[in-house]
Formats: sequence, C-alpha cells, structure tokens
Amino acid sequence: MALLLNEDEKMLQESAQGFFTEKAPVKQLRELRDTQDETGYSKPLWAEMAEMGFASVLVPEEYGGVDMGFMAAGLISEEMGRNLTASPFLSTAVLAAQALKSHANDEQKNTYFPQICSGETTFAVAVDETNKHNPSGISLMAAASGNGFKLHGKKTMVVDGHTADQLLVVAKTENGTTVFIVPKDAKGLEIERTIMADSRNAARITFDNVEVTGEQVLGLVGEGDDILDSVLNAGRAILAAEMLGASSQVAENTNSYLRERKQFGRIIGEFQALQHRASHLYCELELARSAVYAALTALDKSGDDVGNVVGMAKAKLGSVAKLAALEAVQLHGGMGMTDELDVGLYLKRIRVTQELLGDSDYHLENSAKGKGY
Amino acid sequence: MEEFRKETRAWLEENCPPKMREPLRNEKDACWGGRNWVFQSEDQKIWLERMAAKGWTAPSWPKEYGGGGLTRAEAKVLQQEMNAIGARSPLHSFGIWMLGPALLKFGSEEQRLRYLPEICRGEIRWCQGYSEPNAGSDLASLATKAEDKGDHFLVNGQKVWTSYADQADWIFCLVRTDNTGKKHHGISFVLFDMESDGVSTKPILLISGRSPFCETFFEDVKVPKENLVGELDKGWSIAKYLLTHEREMIGDYGEVKPLSQIIAENCYTPNPILRAKIAEFEVDAWAFAQTMSRMVMEAKAGASLGAKSSMLKYYGTELNKRRYELMMDLAGHDGLEWESERSNDGQLARSWLRTKGNSIEGGTSEIQLNIISKHILQLPGA
Ligand SMILES: Cc1cc2nc3c(=O)[nH]c(=O)nc-3n(C[C@H](O)[C@H](O)[C@H](O)COP(=O)(O)OP(=O)(O)OC[C@H]3O[C@@H](n4cnc5c(N)ncnc54)[C@H](O)[C@@H]3O)c2cc1C
Repeated sequence: MALLLNEDEKMLQESAQGFFTEKAPVKQLRELRDTQDETGYSKPLWAEMAEMGFASVLVPEEYGGVDMGFMAAGLISEEMGRNLTASPFLSTAVLAAQALKSHANDEQKNTYFPQICSGETTFAVAVDETNKHNPSGISLMAAASGNGFKLHGKKTMVVDGHTADQLLVVAKTENGTTVFIVPKDAKGLEIERTIMADSRNAARITFDNVEVTGEQVLGLVGEGDDILDSVLNAGRAILAAEMLGASSQVAENTNSYLRERKQFGRIIGEFQALQHRASHLYCELELARSAVYAALTALDKSGDDVGNVVGMAKAKLGSVAKLAALEAVQLHGGMGMTDELDVGLYLKRIRVTQELLGDSDYHLENSAKGKGY
Repeated sequence: MEEFRKETRAWLEENCPPKMREPLRNEKDACWGGRNWVFQSEDQKIWLERMAAKGWTAPSWPKEYGGGGLTRAEAKVLQQEMNAIGARSPLHSFGIWMLGPALLKFGSEEQRLRYLPEICRGEIRWCQGYSEPNAGSDLASLATKAEDKGDHFLVNGQKVWTSYADQADWIFCLVRTDNTGKKHHGISFVLFDMESDGVSTKPILLISGRSPFCETFFEDVKVPKENLVGELDKGWSIAKYLLTHEREMIGDYGEVKPLSQIIAENCYTPNPILRAKIAEFEVDAWAFAQTMSRMVMEAKAGASLGAKSSMLKYYGTELNKRRYELMMDLAGHDGLEWESERSNDGQLARSWLRTKGNSIEGGTSEIQLNIISKHILQLPGA
C-alpha cells in the first residue's frame, strides 16, 4: 500500500500548496461571505484550477484530462481544506467526474469531459432527500413517460446545486435506481440556494414532473446503485482528505497560539495540561493521515474492500476533525469565539464536512454491519 | 409548603399571560430590561411588572430590597410551578445573577437600597467588567487603573468580552487601586454609569455571527468614591465570591427539553450509534441534575459549596456543549442552515456555536480543573 507519497505526488502537493495559499487563502472565503457573493466561489479561481489540471484530475487522458487518480485528488483536496477554499472541486471534479468515468456512455463522455476539463461546465450531484445522509432511502420518482421519464420529488443538501449547469439526479425507477443528467434550466425544476453555516453552497431542489429523455440517463437504466457506490466512495475519501487539511491547519493555528499567549506570567504552552491536549491531537492527526492515504490508495487500486476502507476513513476523520476544531476554540479562550480569528471558520466547515455523505455514526454503523456484528 | 404551592399556582395561572408560557423563539424574546429596553410585546411588559410587584424577579432577596423574601424551599416551589406551565423568566439580569449577591454581602445599606430595587424592577441593566486582553484566566493580573483624586477615582484602561456592554446602563468593574503589592491585593470593585464621559464600547463579532459582547474602553472616567463596594484594595474577595456564585449558575441550564422529547417532536430516527451516545448523555445529564440537587441540599444544611462550584461549572458546561453537538447530529443537514426562515435564521447552528463559549466564560474548564486539583484534591504543586 502506498502510504508514502512518491515523487510525482510530492511535486503535486507542493504545487497545490503554493497555488491555494496564494490564490485562495481563508481571506477569500471571508470575502465571499461578507460580500454575500451570489456564486459562493470565485469563478476566476475555478478557471485557474482548470488550467492547473485540478478540475480534470480524475478525467481520462483521452478526453483531455490529466487522470492522476485519487491520491492526487486527495492531495489537492487536503490543500483546499487547509485554506478553506470554496470551489466546485468536490461536486464537479470528483463526484460528477467519477460518475461519468465509471458509467457514462461514449457520447456522454465526449460531451461532458472536455467541458469539465476546461472548467466551463459545473455539476452537482443530487442524492440526499432528508436531514441525514441515506442513499438507500431515495424516494424521488422517475416514472416512465413516453420515450422518457418524469422526475418528481425533492433533494436537499445538494452541494453547489444553485450554481451547477448540470445536475446528476439519483432517482427511483421501476427496476431499481437510475441517475439522470438534468440541465439547470429544465422545466419544473425549482432550485433554492441554502446558505450553510460554513458559508458554502448548497441547495434544496424540487422536481415537479421534470421531463427527461432516454438520452439523459447516465449509463443504463437501473445502474444507479452501482454509480452511487462509486460516486459516494470517491466523494467520501476526498472529503476525508479535505478534513485532514482543515484539521491539520486548525491544529497548527492552535499550537502557534499555545506558543505565544501568556497568562500567569507564563506562556500557556508551558502548562502540561495543555501540552498533553496538543500532543494527543497530534497522535490522532497522524492516524487520520494514514486513514486518508489508505482510503485514497484503495480507490486507486479499486480493490474489493474499497467501500469499507473509505467508510472507516470518513468515520475516523469525522471524529478527529471535530476534536481538532473543538480543541482549537477552547484553547484560544475568548479569542476562539471571535470571528476575527479563523478558528470559527474551521469549526463551521468541519461541522459541514462531518455531515456530508454520512457522518461518523453512519459510517461506524456501516462498518459494524460490514464486519458482521 | 403545600399551601404556598397552591397559592403560587393560582397566582401564576391568573397572572402569567399565555404568550409568556411559550418557549423563547430567539434572543429578543428574553427580557433584559434597563433604561433603553424596548419591550417586544405588551405581554412581556405586563409579565415583568406583575412579577416585580410580587418581588419574584429575585424571589429569595429580602423584601426591603425589592425581592420576594422567599425561603430557598419556597423559591424552589415557585420555580417548579413556573416550569410546570412553561412560564418564561420575566427578567434576564446580570444585576440579579451577579451584582445583587455581591451587594447583599459586601455592599453598604445605602448601596443596597439604591441599586437592588431598580434591579428587581428591571429598570437598570448591568454588565460585568472583569476580563482584560491580558487578564483572562489570570484575572488577578488586571491592570485597568483607578487613581484616587479626592472625591472620585479616575479610571483608565480596557476591558474585553464584556457581555452586552453596548446595551448596559451600568457596569460593575474590577479596577487596580494599588500595584505595589501582590497581584490579588490592590483590586477594587466599583460601579459606574456607562454613560459617564470617557466610556466607549466596540462590539466584537462572534463565530455565531452575532455580537453580544464588546471591548470596553475607559479614558479618564470619573467614578464617585461612594461607588466603591466593600473595602478599597480588597475587591478580589468580592470578585472571587461572585465568580463562585456565577459558576454555580452557569453550570445550571435549568429545565431543558430532554433530547428524547426533541427526537419525538421532530420524528428523528437516530441510528444505533447515535442512539447510544444520546442514551449515555441522558444518563450523565440525569446524574448531574441529581448532583445539583444534592449540592443544594448540602448548601442548605449550612455548608458552603466553595470549590465544588467548579465541579458544577465544569461538568455542567461540558454537558451543555455535548447536548448541542447531539442536537446538531440529530438535525443533520437541516441544522447546518444559516439564514433561512425555515431554520429561524440558523437558530440551532448559532446556538450550537454559542455553547462553545460556555466552557470559557466565567473561568475556563481548564481553570475549574486546576481549582479542583488544588482546593479539593490538594494535589502537590497544583
Ligand atoms: C461567551 C463569553 C462571555 C463572556 N462574558 C464576559 C463578561 O461579561 N465580562 C467579563 O469580564 N468577561 C467575560 N468573558 C471572558 C471570560 O471570562 C474569559 O474569556 C475567560 O476567563 C478566559 O480568558 P481568556 O479569554 O483570556 O483566555 P486565556 O486565559 O488566554 O486562556 C487560553 C487557554 O489557556 C488555558 N489556560 C490558561 N491558564 C491555564 C492554566 N493555568 N492551566 C491550564 N490551562 C490554562 C485556558 O483554559 C484556555 O484554554 C466572556 C467570555 C465568553 C466566551
């Protein structure tokens, strides 16, 4: 297993590090929030990410992508996590690219991959319908109608749903689950932007008998569960990588504070009670890093056990990132409660990533079931 | 006592407006009173007036100071009867929670008669000026200076995290009157009007997107000598007394809705792992409530809680944080919304963020644990 980065990966990591700290630091998220930006991310940034090959990191070379695999995508995501960078990377470059790659027909690949590579088209994947992630409980119906289908139902927590050009919609069909490609301006679609605690994009989407043709089926009718499996695994691992970046960074911020804040005539980092807290978190973060690398490697090798490994990584990162965020606020004292510091922004983003595509409780339960207890 | 209960129940039934029996929907529903308070409704006003007339905004304070003169047991019955009909607290007040107890113990008769009745009637709103940028956990190192100028003190310096300073009428403030000795000596406890010349406030934006607290600046503020509470240079004992009092209170979140009820009302279906966490939490919350009751009984028997208040503060605030984490887990995607009407402007997420301050305000969890190590366990070197 590749738990160490090779030379290519190290180079990519370095260039992503430089890129995001320069082009999309935390300050950018603040600006987007404070100006109540309608898009919720910087479009010029996304264009540059496309140029850098980040948008096409999972797209096969024959369609113009750089096809560097999940480890590479994870490294990019980690750096975005460190900088709290808002972009359609997860929704478009990971979830949608993976869906297309694993199941789309040639025509769809020929149409959409180049658009993803150039950054001109963004996607959102609409899975969840209720307050908790529950991909096996989908009830949005796609009823056969003439040569096509009519979609009826609701989706929630659709990441980047209000800005995406195309939606990948998971729906129930007569014989199982099917994924449809639906353009944002389809008749009967109602998209409500929901501003979330982390100042990022999500949407609630209502489908009122939205008509789609057979050509809009991604892959084949009834293949939805397989598509979902592969999309969700990709998304969870990339989210875990983002959480690794966010929690490592917020822990670094905390450690810096422990080195400079003085009380009782001493630097607070001298108090052993706090040293142990920071050291414990360090240990947890090391485990978290291994879990993320293992999940990304498993995806690149697409072994049998991918779902399980990715689930465990998402569970682990859910709890470690939460710990990092909570410790950060507490150890900053009153300062940790202020918007002036970035700590709160990390806390809020981490809360959202905990919830997205299944929280720790969800993945722990799955893991237990998977192991037969 | 049964007689008192019956009377109280009947009085509440007759006098508590139905709207004041509904849960608070947002911060504005809580009545803070004060010179500039704008009542959110006629009911809010009536409810405060009626309760104040009974002395029940501060039920256990002596009647001559505007309180209700109730025994601890009677005050408890009143609270139980209010809880039974879901009656809102008529008045939220740092005057009642913090300053009052200090004046009752350390104030002069003149000071008590001057300040306590207006506090009980909700006519004056107070803020607490303790923390400074360099004096947080190490409060005794505070540096805001008060110079003796004959008939008044001249106050210069800065406070921080002063909750509601921009809305308060008066401040109770710790100032340094002597810096030649040990840091605990030379601190004095003074009261002054926030409208005095030289006082200014600057709200601090919090992670919840709200600004309930401020930086507070003093530039040549004149404070009449009669506004000194207790002895000059001995204010630390008042501060400590108040902190102990505050800590007993912060840990006590009163009657909160059990998570089981929240689950039922929202038809949540927590998965087995979350269920186990919730069950564990509810056991801890129950054991904590029992501990609170036991401590009240101990205190009634004449014992002071002393350092045990740190145990209540530590455990109570950590529990409240856990409670909100679980509520966020239960609410899932819905709980993450920040601005919609549906989410009441992100009420849950913002409250969740606010609870993170519970283990910081009034002395951090780490400081409470230090106090327990030192004063209760008497560990070496602590
Ligand atoms: C919501 C809220 C409301 C508040 N309202 C008021 C108010 O109305 N009036 C007022 O005066 N103040 C108020 N405060 C301030 C509060 O009392 C201080 O924030 C608190 O005492 C901590 O001080 P600090 O922020 O300077 O943190 P610091 O003292 O700098 O602490 C930083 C970290 O170091 C830790 N630490 C410090 N010393 C030790 C030690 N010896 N051993 C181990 N760990 C240690 C702390 O626990 C903390 O984790 C409020 C704070 C909050 C969050």
